[in-house]
Amino acid sequence: MGDFWLYLALAAYFGATALWLGFFLAQRESLCRAGAWVMAGGLACHTLELVRRTLSHGYLPVATFGDALLVFAWALVAVFLLLNWRFPIKVLGALAAPLAALMVSGALILPPGKGAVSPLLKSFWLALHISLALLGNAAFTLAFLGAIFYLVQERQLKGKKFGFFYRRLPSLSQLDALNYWCLTIGFPLLTGGIISGSLYAQHTLGRFWSWDPKEVLTLSAWLIYAVLVHERLTVGWRGRRAALLAICGFLVLVFAFVGANLWISGYHSFASFLKP
Amino acid sequence: MNLLLVGVNHKTSPVALREKLAGLIPNVPQAYLSLKAHPELMEVLLYTTCNRVELLCVTEEPAAAEARLKAFLAAHPEVPAADLNDSLYIHRDQDAVQHLFRVAASLDSMVVGEPQILGQVKEAYRQATQSQATGPILNRLLHKTFSVAKRVRRETGLGDQAVSVSYAAIALGRKIFGALEGKTVLLLGAGEMAELALEHLKGQGVAKIVVANRTLERGVRLAERFRGEAVSLEELEAQLLAADIVISSTGSDEHLLTRDQVKAVMRRRKQRPLFLIDIAVPRDLDPAINDLDNVYLYNIDDLQEVAAQGLQHRQKEAAKAERLVAAETLKFLEWLDTLQVYPTIIALKDKAERICARELKKTLPQLGPLSPEQRQALDALAHAITGKLLHDPIIFLKRNHHPKKPHRELDLIRRLFRLDQDRQKDYNDKD
Repeated sequence: MGDFWLYLALAAYFGATALWLGFFLAQRESLCRAGAWVMAGGLACHTLELVRRTLSHGYLPVATFGDALLVFAWALVAVFLLLNWRFPIKVLGALAAPLAALMVSGALILPPGKGAVSPLLKSFWLALHISLALLGNAAFTLAFLGAIFYLVQERQLKGKKFGFFYRRLPSLSQLDALNYWCLTIGFPLLTGGIISGSLYAQHTLGRFWSWDPKEVLTLSAWLIYAVLVHERLTVGWRGRRAALLAICGFLVLVFAFVGANLWISGYHSFASFLKP
Repeated sequence: MNLLLVGVNHKTSPVALREKLAGLIPNVPQAYLSLKAHPELMEVLLYTTCNRVELLCVTEEPAAAEARLKAFLAAHPEVPAADLNDSLYIHRDQDAVQHLFRVAASLDSMVVGEPQILGQVKEAYRQATQSQATGPILNRLLHKTFSVAKRVRRETGLGDQAVSVSYAAIALGRKIFGALEGKTVLLLGAGEMAELALEHLKGQGVAKIVVANRTLERGVRLAERFRGEAVSLEELEAQLLAADIVISSTGSDEHLLTRDQVKAVMRRRKQRPLFLIDIAVPRDLDPAINDLDNVYLYNIDDLQEVAAQGLQHRQKEAAKAERLVAAETLKFLEWLDTLQVYPTIIALKDKAERICARELKKTLPQLGPLSPEQRQALDALAHAITGKLLHDPIIFLKRNHHPKKPHRELDLIRRLFRLDQDRQKDYNDKD
């Protein structure tokens, strides 16, 4: 069977991308509903594939960049569908669906890892640590996408240019509420991810914190989001500033996920997960 | 049978004149009573909105009815006859029907496509029926009007476009707040434009309206109309704390609000978004306010740009609506034509009645003394003869052999029996 379910999921994500983009251009309600259903179908296939891999390996496969991308894409689609169900900002799908499709494509293109997987990666605790962190990242990714929409829409409103995007993007208050929703979901998840990882490190390596580049970068992103949460609750920061901070936090997270894994070595980088 | 519509609207008359004319009808039943007293006005409907005062009647004597309706409007002592004549428009038959359809479908409105007008016409019709001022023709016409207006709303996109400045303000507000329900509106100054905008905002379900005016009295009056609250301009900053939408239209020469004032207020508001609309010329609000985060300031030109956005689309939709109205007008007139048959039948019977009476009056004295029974028998004989004679023409009329051109047969019968006194010359020429 190989990656049958994964290809099905990928096809669904590309299909959803087409539907959402069609919705964005034509503004037909039916297209965005269809997009959500196709995406949910994709998520089901994606889940099956992850379950199949986990069962055949005996652990959640995250040892290579490709595997990690696959899990991250799953988290993104899951959080997006949850958001879409609870809090429909329809145009968000036009960015989230292609992003998921690209990440799954990336996972399929990247070469599979060779060599034995470090026993550290086979624990339930590690799976928990990674799931929490990636779900948090997924929420912040959506916050980032929403922030882009916010800045574009705000530019239209402030600049009094009422063009293509003005008509298609949702209201500022909806986009700002999206930012807040993602923050309230993502922040506890990321915090949980950091704490569970740190406890696991203490248990296995004998230290809570190693100043590994990924740890430092993630902590910086966490601090940015902490500032945003605090300022939102006390001073009432919102709108543009919240959007800019969400973008900053996301860029740091991306660097932690991609850069720290590939270019900077540390015990969190993929290179150290596989022993040749 | 003729339809006649006389009125003024926002295109032909200034608001002052419309206000005075509307003031003529403080008591609607009274107005109907005085209009119904004139036999030439067979059926009457009158409706007034802030943009129009119009009277519609069904009549057999259009010239007399026109004079009567004009006299009714000229009854206001403060309205100079010259002013009234300049602003008055008169529509007859097809034009009257089309005009009423256009009004109810909101094609003749100041804000084309605004939804309130249909409700106002319905209410006017309800009052007219209560006063028993309408009859079969206006009843039919008004019901047709409502269905035409609904079709226009359903089948064209006229109603849901940002068609005017106040609609543009609402469209912008939606892009900022999502929905306008539960928002607080603060009105600075009580101008006509601001009132119009307020009316539309009220329709969007805003929760609270506060009017701040230099003269408190005018502010209180406006606030009462919209069930709001009136405050003085002195407490502006305090009011700004609670407001979400501010519409400013005072005649002030300098800025009412500066950037620094709004900045301070925003901090105290915890950055809740503030939507400011400055429709005053010269400006009331410092343009630099727009640079602040979460504050969105628009002046009248900006709003007109938003309104222009929908213009092309609106023109297309309006053309669609006009076609619909024209088609429905023709349909109604067809019906009206078939109705003309009945007055013709009545006129025929009247004529027969008159001939009987005249001939009996001539003949009876020549017959010498007669008993009442004999008189009755002669009377019955005369009526029987004319009745039998008219029976077939009447059946012919009722059958209506040319449904598409009923007036042809009608015209033939009317000429055959010389039913139209004012067309005597016509007949003589033909002789």
